[in-house]
Amino acid sequence: MLYIFCPHCGSRSQNEFAYGGDATVKRPELNKEISDQEWNNFVYLRKSPRGKHLELWHHISGCRQWIKVERDTSTHEIFKTYKADELTE
Amino acid sequence: MQKYSVFSLIKNAFSDHQNWEVAWKDPTPKKEYDVIIIGGGGHGLATAYYLAKEHNITNVAIIEKGWIGGGNVGRNTTIIRSNYMHDDNALFSEFGMDLWRKMSQDLNYNVMFSPRGIINLAHSDAQMNAYSRRGNSMRLNGIDAVLLNREEVQKKIPMADFSDNVRFPIFGGLMQPSAGTARHDAVAWGYARQADSMGVDIIQNCEVTGFDVTNGKIVGVRTSRGDIKAKKVGLCVAGSTNILAEMLNMTLPIETHLLQACVSEPVKPLLDHVVTFGAGHFYCSQSDKGEMVMGGDLDGYNSYSQRGNLPTLQHVLTEGIAMFPFLSKLKMLRTWGGIMDMSMDGSPIIDKTHIDGLYLNCGWCYGGFKATPASGWTFAHTIAQDRVHELNSGYSLNRFNTGDLIDEKGLGTKTWIS
Repeated sequence: MLYIFCPHCGSRSQNEFAYGGDATVKRPELNKEISDQEWNNFVYLRKSPRGKHLELWHHISGCRQWIKVERDTSTHEIFKTYKADELTE
Repeated sequence: MQKYSVFSLIKNAFSDHQNWEVAWKDPTPKKEYDVIIIGGGGHGLATAYYLAKEHNITNVAIIEKGWIGGGNVGRNTTIIRSNYMHDDNALFSEFGMDLWRKMSQDLNYNVMFSPRGIINLAHSDAQMNAYSRRGNSMRLNGIDAVLLNREEVQKKIPMADFSDNVRFPIFGGLMQPSAGTARHDAVAWGYARQADSMGVDIIQNCEVTGFDVTNGKIVGVRTSRGDIKAKKVGLCVAGSTNILAEMLNMTLPIETHLLQACVSEPVKPLLDHVVTFGAGHFYCSQSDKGEMVMGGDLDGYNSYSQRGNLPTLQHVLTEGIAMFPFLSKLKMLRTWGGIMDMSMDGSPIIDKTHIDGLYLNCGWCYGGFKATPASGWTFAHTIAQDRVHELNSGYSLNRFNTGDLIDEKGLGTKTWIS
C-alpha cells in the first residue's frame, strides 16, 4: 500500500487516489502553429524513467484536487508532493 | 544435439539421468557478432531461433542481464489466443497460432500446448452485440469464434455464479475454441536449446550499459562483460525498453507498468477453459497441476519493481470470487509481478528505427506470451532482410505520427486504465 501525502488533506492511502500519469508532459501552446511532430511528442511519447518520476495523482475519494507526486518507480518511495499549480524543484 | 524421445528417456534412466547433455552452453562473449539480440526472454530466444532456422544467420548472441526465462516469459499466465478484431492483430496472432500448434514437434521439446478454448464473458445485450461483431471479424480472418448464449456458457463453466442477484449477470460469451495455454518455461527452454544447437551464443548475467553508434549506424553494444561489436542489434526487452531507449536518446510511445498474477493451491480439475471476466478485471484458468491461475489489472502507476502491491491483488480476487464463489475456499499459493511495456494504442511495435542496424520489438502490453513465436518469426525477418514483413507492417513505430493506430480496445493514451 502506498501512502500519499496530499498537500490539502495529509497522508492518505493510495485507495483514495486515481493515477494521472507523467506530470512533466507539456501541452503545446494554444493558438500557435505546431507541427505534427510536436503534437505526436505531446500525445504519445513518454520518458517512463526508472527512478525519480514526477506524476499526477487525483485525490478522487478525498478533496478531489489534482496533485503532483515525486516518486521512485523502482522502490515506490515518495520523496515529495506538490499542489497542482506549485512549482516543482 | 541429443534428440529428446521416449528412447533417450529410457536410455538415460539406466544411468540415473546423470548423463543428459546440457540443454544450452554458457559461452563467454565473442568480440563480434552479426546480430546481437538484447533480452533472453521468449521473444529474444524465438528471434534468435528463427534467425538461424529461417535465415541461416547463426553468428548471433543473445544478451540477458539475468537468466533466460526469468522475466515475463516466466511470469505470465500462459494464455494463447488470437481473438482480435483488427486485421493487423488478427492475422499476426493467427499466424502465431499455427506456430504454436507445431511448436513441440518443431523444437523437439514438449511445450504442453493445450488448446482448451478461451471464453470472454458478456454481461449485457450491448456486449453480446459487440462480441458478435468481434466474432464475425475473427471468422472473416479465418479464426474460429463461437458466440455462446447463457445456457451454453453454463454448460461449459457450471461453477460460475449464475444466480439472479449478481452485479454482472452472464448473458453469454465469445469463445475461441482453438485458444488455450502452454507451459511457459518450456517455451523459453525449447527455443534456447534449439538456438544454442544451431550456434547461437546465449550469454546470461550480462547487462547492457550502452551502445556504440557511429554516423547513424549501430556498431556495437557495451555490456557488463565488455564491449561487443555487432552489425545489427535487436531490442527485445519488454518492460526495460525505456531504459535502453534512454541510452539511445530515444523517447518511445511506451510506459512501463506492473502487472500481477497469482495461483491458488492445486485442486481437482474443475475449470476446462480459460475464462475472462473483463467487466470485473479478472481472468482465470486451471494449470495442469490443478492450481487456479488468476490475473487482472495493472497496479496502475509507472513501475519497474517486478513486485506487486496488495490493493490491486485484493481487487482482482474480490472480482474473482464474485464470478467464481468457490475461489473463496482456496488458499493462495504464490503471487508475483512482471513489468509490461504498455504502448499507447495497446498494440506492439516491431520495426526498424532511425538508427541503421537497430531494430525494435516492444509494446506487448498484456499479450506478450502468446505472441512469442510470431514475434520472433517476424522480428527475425525484419532483422535479416532489413525490412518489415507483411505480418508486422502494421506494427510500425511511426504509426503514432501518421495516425494509423491499432486501437483494439480504444483505451487512449492512459495505458494504465483498463
